[in-house]
Amino acid sequence: MGTAPTLAVWKFASCDGCQLSLLDCEDELLAIAGRIRIAHFPEASRATVEGPYDVSLVEGSVTTPGDVARIHRIREQSRLLVAIGACATAGGIQALRNFADADQFRSVVYARPEYLSTLDTSTPASAHVPVDLELHGCPIDRRQLVDTLTALLAGRKPDLPGHSVCFECKARGTTCITVARGVPCLGPVTRAGCGALCPAYGRGCFGCFGPAAVTNTPALVDRLRELDMTETDIGRVFRTFNVLAFAGGGDDPSQ
Amino acid sequence: MSTLLRSLGPLVRALHGQGYRVVGPTVRDGAIVLAELDRADALPYGWGVEAAPGRYRLHRRADAAAFGHAAGPQSWKAFLHPPRSPQWTADRTADGFTVTEAPPDSTRYAFLGVRGCDLRAIAVQDRVLGGADGGYARRRRELFIVAVSCTEPADTCFCASTGCGPAAGPGYDLGLTELVDGDRVRYLVEVGTPAGLELLTQLPTEPAPVDLVEEAAAAVAAAATKMSRALPEGDLRDLLAGSHDAARWDDVAARCLSCGNCTMVCPTCFCTTVEDVTDVAGEHAERWLRWDSCFDLDFSYLHGGPVRTSTRSRYRQWLTHKLGTWHDQFGESGCVGCGRCIAWCPVGIDITEETRALVTEAEEA
Repeated sequence: MGTAPTLAVWKFASCDGCQLSLLDCEDELLAIAGRIRIAHFPEASRATVEGPYDVSLVEGSVTTPGDVARIHRIREQSRLLVAIGACATAGGIQALRNFADADQFRSVVYARPEYLSTLDTSTPASAHVPVDLELHGCPIDRRQLVDTLTALLAGRKPDLPGHSVCFECKARGTTCITVARGVPCLGPVTRAGCGALCPAYGRGCFGCFGPAAVTNTPALVDRLRELDMTETDIGRVFRTFNVLAFAGGGDDPSQ
Repeated sequence: MSTLLRSLGPLVRALHGQGYRVVGPTVRDGAIVLAELDRADALPYGWGVEAAPGRYRLHRRADAAAFGHAAGPQSWKAFLHPPRSPQWTADRTADGFTVTEAPPDSTRYAFLGVRGCDLRAIAVQDRVLGGADGGYARRRRELFIVAVSCTEPADTCFCASTGCGPAAGPGYDLGLTELVDGDRVRYLVEVGTPAGLELLTQLPTEPAPVDLVEEAAAAVAAAATKMSRALPEGDLRDLLAGSHDAARWDDVAARCLSCGNCTMVCPTCFCTTVEDVTDVAGEHAERWLRWDSCFDLDFSYLHGGPVRTSTRSRYRQWLTHKLGTWHDQFGESGCVGCGRCIAWCPVGIDITEETRALVTEAEEA
């Protein structure tokens, strides 16, 4: 056996929730720490080991010129780069700025906006560097994170489905809340991986995993209207966690 | 000779007494689902269903019928062909690794309330999955089936046009027809197998009067006339074979979400993929079989990419297999007319309407 593979965890514009999912692994965390060397993870330890790293987990979106330089540096130092969470994979909630005037925000929010160095857009890691794997969600699914790290250790393909959340509702035996109760749900256009958590508790999926590998969002929007969802609410539900991804990186889907 | 049963309580108790896990319809989460039943009281007495494309609602009935409803959100395949089942495990040893086959599932199921459409669907899956001596074959061998003929189809039903109902059979151990008179429910029983006869002898029964037998037959016959939907007549295998380039595929692709719900509620869709699980320590591995769907982009992934990249091609694959090439593969149609794909499609795409549109397009060509 050679030396243990090294893992680095990096934070960009984000709430830290996805990194905390790693700490939340509890039982598995000890086993993971026994197989890999955690080389850079400020949320867990001040000790830092210089790169290169075998695996980098990147949380957060790129929102400043400094971020752009840093994501390139991380890419150069990482054998595998794994983007984790809606911010790192789709720009996050903060990508709402992409559809607004960032100068206006700067002037309204900050007393001295000239001190700010920020970009007009919030973008995912993949907009700047090649990304090897993406774990979706706000936050990511803990089991998916453990499975991915385990898969990388074993040299197998991680189980990261591209199909809809409906697959997971059906597998766990959840009765479709849209069909049986008329609850608006983004499940049919949202990527699986959460285990269909929200519909199991009677709440419509709000798309935090972003779009499935194939979607027909206009057809679902027609259905949401039939279910008496207002145009404002339809706009909001698609604009929350994965606005850039649901928009296909272009137009706002609710327009 | 037909037999009359005044309550299903003794039937459920007798099945439990023979070591069966009894699965049947029960009300949960706003639907009549299939679940394990502790006792006959758990059946949906007095509940009815209103189903339409993309819509399903429960309502209270004026009578106490337990089977006054049609297909619900699941089919029996959830038990015979579960969404996820273990295949084998592997463990590292000092000089390599050992592989252990998953222990045989010894569950003995008794299904209570299998409709004509679903009885045929089980027979269809038997031809697909029953050959190898795997989990499906074992569960199927042990299965006891209490079928119930349909007297009240839903708006989404079309089993009369597929020849699978509303009368249930053959293939059951015991076949029931529910006779409802206000709060009073009785069951006319037919015996299908020696195992069914043996169970029936343990129950408190009485000979059925001729007028009740006639009443039951009339109620089932009337159910066939209550269905507003039908698959088109004629050779659908030829229709689908000649519809490869139909414009209708673009039309349906504009509405289809490609979400896969139709395939997962379909009682005959059987496709699976494998999922590998390893432990963090690298000492233990597992392989699981899980449902997959031709609507999943990864389903047609060959070297380098998926073959069916458009929704048009995926919907076409599903319908062409279901109604067309299923005949070439298994000698029959893959559709039994249960209507689940119509009710549980979030946007209400109707298989009978899509097929009729293909007929019209072929006629106009």
